[in-house]
Amino acid sequence: MSAAIVALTMPQWGLTMTEGKVAEWLKPEGAALVPGDELVEIETSKITNAMEVEQPGVLRRITAPAGTTLPVGALLAVIAEADVADAEIDRFVAGFVAPVAEAETTAEPAAAPAMLEGAFGRLRYLEAGSGPGVPVVLLHGLGADLGGWMFTQPALAEGRRTIALDLPGHGGSDKDVGPGDPARFIDAIADALDRLGIDRAHLVGHSLGGAMAAGLARRQPERVAGLTLIAPAGVAPEINDAFIQGFVQASRRKDVAAVLALLVYHPALVSRSMVEDVLRYKRLDGVAEAMARIAQVWFPGGRQAHLLVAEAAASGVRMQVIWGREDRVIPAAQAEALASAERHVLEGAGHMPHMEKAAEVNRLIARFLAAGA
Amino acid sequence: MPMKTIRQALNEALAQEMRRDPRVVVIGEDVAGGAGTPGQRDAYGGVLGVTKGLIGEFGPERVIDTPITESAIMGAAAGAAATGLRPVAELMFSDFFGVCFDQIYNQAAKFRYMFGGKATTPLVIRTMIGAGRSAAAQHSQSPYHVFTSVPGLKCVIPSNAYDAKGLLIQAIRDDDPVIFCEHKLMYDLRAEVPDEAYTIPFGEANVVRDGEDVTIVALARMVHYAAEAAEALAKEGIDCELIDPRTTSPLDTDTILDSVARTGRLVVVDEGTPRCGVAADIAALVAEHAFAALRAPIRRVTAPHTPVPFAPSLEKLYIPSVGSIAQAVHDTYGYGR
Amino acid sequence: MQLNRDDLIQAYRTMATIRRFEERVQDEFSKGAIPGFVHLYAGQEASAVGVCSHLGDGDVIASTHRGHGHSIAKGCDVTGMMLELFGRQGGLCGGKGGSMHIADLDRGMLGANGIVGGGPPLVVGAALTAKTLGRKTVAVAFTGDGASNQGTTFEALNLAVVLQLPAIFVFENNQYGEGTGAAYAVGSRDIAGRARGFGLPAVKVDGDDFFAVHEAAREAIERARAGGGPSALEVETCRFYGHHSGDAQLYRAKDETRRLREEHDCLKHFRRRVQEAGLLDPPELDTADADVAALIERAIAAAQAAPPPDPAALMTDVYLSY
Repeated sequence: MSAAIVALTMPQWGLTMTEGKVAEWLKPEGAALVPGDELVEIETSKITNAMEVEQPGVLRRITAPAGTTLPVGALLAVIAEADVADAEIDRFVAGFVAPVAEAETTAEPAAAPAMLEGAFGRLRYLEAGSGPGVPVVLLHGLGADLGGWMFTQPALAEGRRTIALDLPGHGGSDKDVGPGDPARFIDAIADALDRLGIDRAHLVGHSLGGAMAAGLARRQPERVAGLTLIAPAGVAPEINDAFIQGFVQASRRKDVAAVLALLVYHPALVSRSMVEDVLRYKRLDGVAEAMARIAQVWFPGGRQAHLLVAEAAASGVRMQVIWGREDRVIPAAQAEALASAERHVLEGAGHMPHMEKAAEVNRLIARFLAAGA
Repeated sequence: MPMKTIRQALNEALAQEMRRDPRVVVIGEDVAGGAGTPGQRDAYGGVLGVTKGLIGEFGPERVIDTPITESAIMGAAAGAAATGLRPVAELMFSDFFGVCFDQIYNQAAKFRYMFGGKATTPLVIRTMIGAGRSAAAQHSQSPYHVFTSVPGLKCVIPSNAYDAKGLLIQAIRDDDPVIFCEHKLMYDLRAEVPDEAYTIPFGEANVVRDGEDVTIVALARMVHYAAEAAEALAKEGIDCELIDPRTTSPLDTDTILDSVARTGRLVVVDEGTPRCGVAADIAALVAEHAFAALRAPIRRVTAPHTPVPFAPSLEKLYIPSVGSIAQAVHDTYGYGR
Repeated sequence: MQLNRDDLIQAYRTMATIRRFEERVQDEFSKGAIPGFVHLYAGQEASAVGVCSHLGDGDVIASTHRGHGHSIAKGCDVTGMMLELFGRQGGLCGGKGGSMHIADLDRGMLGANGIVGGGPPLVVGAALTAKTLGRKTVAVAFTGDGASNQGTTFEALNLAVVLQLPAIFVFENNQYGEGTGAAYAVGSRDIAGRARGFGLPAVKVDGDDFFAVHEAAREAIERARAGGGPSALEVETCRFYGHHSGDAQLYRAKDETRRLREEHDCLKHFRRRVQEAGLLDPPELDTADADVAALIERAIAAAQAAPPPDPAALMTDVYLSY
C-alpha cells in the first residue's frame, strides 16, 4: 500500500534555495519516528537546519546519504510503517518522480518580494497564501529582514494570507527611518497594512519587531487579532548592549560572525552566507545611520527605553510569547513578567527560536491561531 | 537580487554617484565618443562601454571627452580634484601609464604629503588591465604593482560585479587618489548586485572560500582561476582557503596572516610579472610575519618575466592557469609529507 | 584697470618682498642654513606680481621649481615660507615640501613644482573645476621657456583650448633652461607663437615692465573670466642668480649678471616709472623697502628659532585615511 509510504524530500527554505546538502542523518534506518524528532540536518548556502518528523512511522530507507547535494523536491528518505514490505519501498523509490522537473514548466513562479509606496517611503514585503484565515503579518527584528521568516511564513500560509514586511531601514525597504522612534515605525506598519488592504491581522513579531507589533496593538486594538511575540524587545529594560553595539558597529566579516553567534544556541547555524548577507546589508547607503539611530532611540545607554510589550500586556490584548531558553540578547526570564500571556520557553534555542526550533514555533503559532479563530 | 555584469555594475556606480554629487565628473578618451564627428554622440561610451549612456543624463559638461592626451587628462583630473571636483578619469589601458605617470605619481599622489596635509585629492583613475585578448605587449599588462608601490595612491582590483560597484563608489567617495583596475576580460561576468548604492571599505579582503590546508591569495581574474583550482583540489581532499584582497593598497594583511597562521601554506596567484610584483610583496609579508607558521615554502604563480606575447598560443602559456595553480598547491601541500 | 596709489604701493611692496626674500635666502643658503636646493626668482618679480595682482584667493595658480615669487605674489605667508625653506615645524608645508613644493590651497596656490612642465596640466584641472562648478575664477600656470618644450605643456595648451577653459599660461622666458640657452632649446625661438599654434591668443610682453605685464595679464584674465577661453603670455625676463643657488653659471656671458641688474631690474624700472609719473614718492618706496627688510629678518629669525618637525610627521599626511 503505497498510501502508507511517505516521501521525505529536500525542503525549500527561503526564496533563493534551489538545492541543499544532506549534512547528517540524526536517526538511523529502521528508527521509529515520533513527530517533533529531529531527523536530518540540511545545509544550504544560507543556513543549516534540522528537518523534523511530521508524522509517525519508521525510517525505512535513506536514499540520500550524508554529503549528497540534491535539488529542492528530491527524495531524501522513505517513511512507512514497519509492516510495509521492502519490495513496496523499492518500487516506491524507483517510481518516485521529483516534482521539480515538472514544477519548472507548470507551477507558478516562486513568489518574489514586492514593493509598496508607503507614506514614509518604499517598503518591501513578501506575500504568500490566501484563504479565509485571519491574515498573519510578520515583523522581523533589528538588522534582519523578511528572509528571516523563511521557515515560518510557508508554514503559516496554508489557508490564509501572510505578509512578511521589511521594516523601514531594513532589507529592501528605504533606509530612512526618520526619527527612528516607535511612533515612526508603528505609523509605517499601519500605513503598509492600509495599503495592503489588511483590516485585521495576527501579528508575529521577533525581537524589535515584537515591540513594534505590541505598539500597533496598543494603538489600534481593533486591528490586531492576536500577538505572537518571539523573544520580543519591549518587555523589560534589560538587553545585551554588547550585542546591540556590536551589531551596529561591526563592519568586518570576523566581527559580524562573532556578533551573529550571540543570536543562536548552536553557532553552526550561522553560515558564512548569513554573515555575508548581513555584511552586504550593512554596506548599503543609509543603513549605518539607520542602525545607529534605532539603537540610540530604542536602547539608550544599553537599556530598553520603550516597554511596548509590557504596556500591551497590561491592556489585555491576546498574546503568546515564545522565547529560547539560551537567549543571550534578551533574557528568557523576561517572559515571566507577562502573566497574562501564554508563555513558551524552548530548550536548545537562543534568540532565534523561529529559525532554531522552526517546527515547534510553527506549531505554537498554528495552535494559537486556531484557538483564536 | 538582480544579476548584473561588471560593466553594468560600474556604470550604475558612476551614475548613482554623479546623481548624488554634482562634483563628480567623468573625463577621458571616448568616455562618450563621437565629439566633433558627423555621427552620433556616445558613439563609444568608453572603449568597452562602461560609461555608455552617462552623457545622455549628465551632459558633456560632466562626461568630458578629451583628445588622446593622457598626461593632460591625468593632470587635469589631479588639478581638478585638488580644487573641488571629484573626477573619475579614465586611463583607457593601464599600459598607457608610461606616458602620463608624472601627473599621477609625482603630482596627485604626493600633494597631500608635500603640502603638509593641506591638500585633498579625491581622484579616481579607472584603467583596464589584463592579458587574454591577444592585445599584445602594450595593451595587456597588469601593472598594479607599480601603483601599489607609490605612497599616496590607493589601488583597487575588483574580481566580481558586486565588489566592482561597492569598491567604485567607495573610490569616488574616498578623499585620496585611487587607481581602479578593471580586467578587460571580466566586464561580462555577472553577480548579484543590489540596485541601491553601497560601499565596500578598502583594505578588507574577501574570503572567497574557507579552508584549512592551503591559503591561496589571488587577484582579479586569477580569483576565478584559483576558485576553479580549489574546487578540483577539494575533490582530492585538499581544502584551500581563497582570499581576494580586493585592494592592494591598502592591503588586508591581517586576513592573509591569520589564514596562513592556520594553514601554514601559501600560494599567491598574480597575473602580473614576478619581479617586485604583488605576489612577491605578499610572499615577503608572510615570510616576515608568519615564518613560524609556515610548513612549506611559499609558492608564487605569476606571469613570466616577459612582455605579454601576441600569439594566442603563447599568451595562453603566459597567463597563470588553473593547472599551474593546482600544481603549486600540490607542491606546497605535499612538501614534507 | 587703472592702478591707484594703494595698488601701486602694494605691487611695489610685493615685488620688493620677493627680492629681499630671495637675497636673504641666498645668504642663508650660502651659510648652509637652508638644506636642499633653492631656485631663486630675483629679477622676475614683475611677472609674478603683474599677473597675481589680478587674482583673488579663489583663483588658482600653479608654479615651478622657481616658485618663491609666485607664492609671495599669491599671498602665501612669508614667515611660513621661510620656515618651510629651513625645514622647520610651522613651515607652510610642515617641513615636508621645502622650497620646491611651497603650496597653500587656501590662497589658491596649487604648489611650486619639482617637475618642469608639471604645472600646466594641473592648471587645466583647476580651470575645469572653475568652469564645471560655475565659479567665475581662473587658473594660471606659471611656467618657463624650459617647460615650453615639454609635452605635458603642449597637451595642457591643447586641452585648455578644446574645453575652452578659463586658464592662462604664463611662460616666463628667462633665457635659460638650467645651463642651456632658450635660443638653442626653443626650436622656434618663439614661445608665444608656439602657443598661438595651439589656438590660444598669445602675446609677448617685456618682463622688465610691471605695467606691461599687468596690462597683458588683465586682458587675458578678463577674457577667461568672461568665458572667452584660455590665453598665453610670454614674459621676456631674466634671473639674477643661477639655475639654483650655488650654480657657477659658466654658461653666462662675462659681466652678464651685472648688466642684467643694471639694465633689466624690474624694481628699478618700477621706481623710475612711478616717480616720473609723480604717482609715488621715493620716501614712500624707501619705507616699503625698510618694512619689507624687517619682515624678512623676522621671518629668518623665526625660522632659525623653530624646532625641526616632530619625528611623527614622517608618517602623517600620506593619505587622508588608510
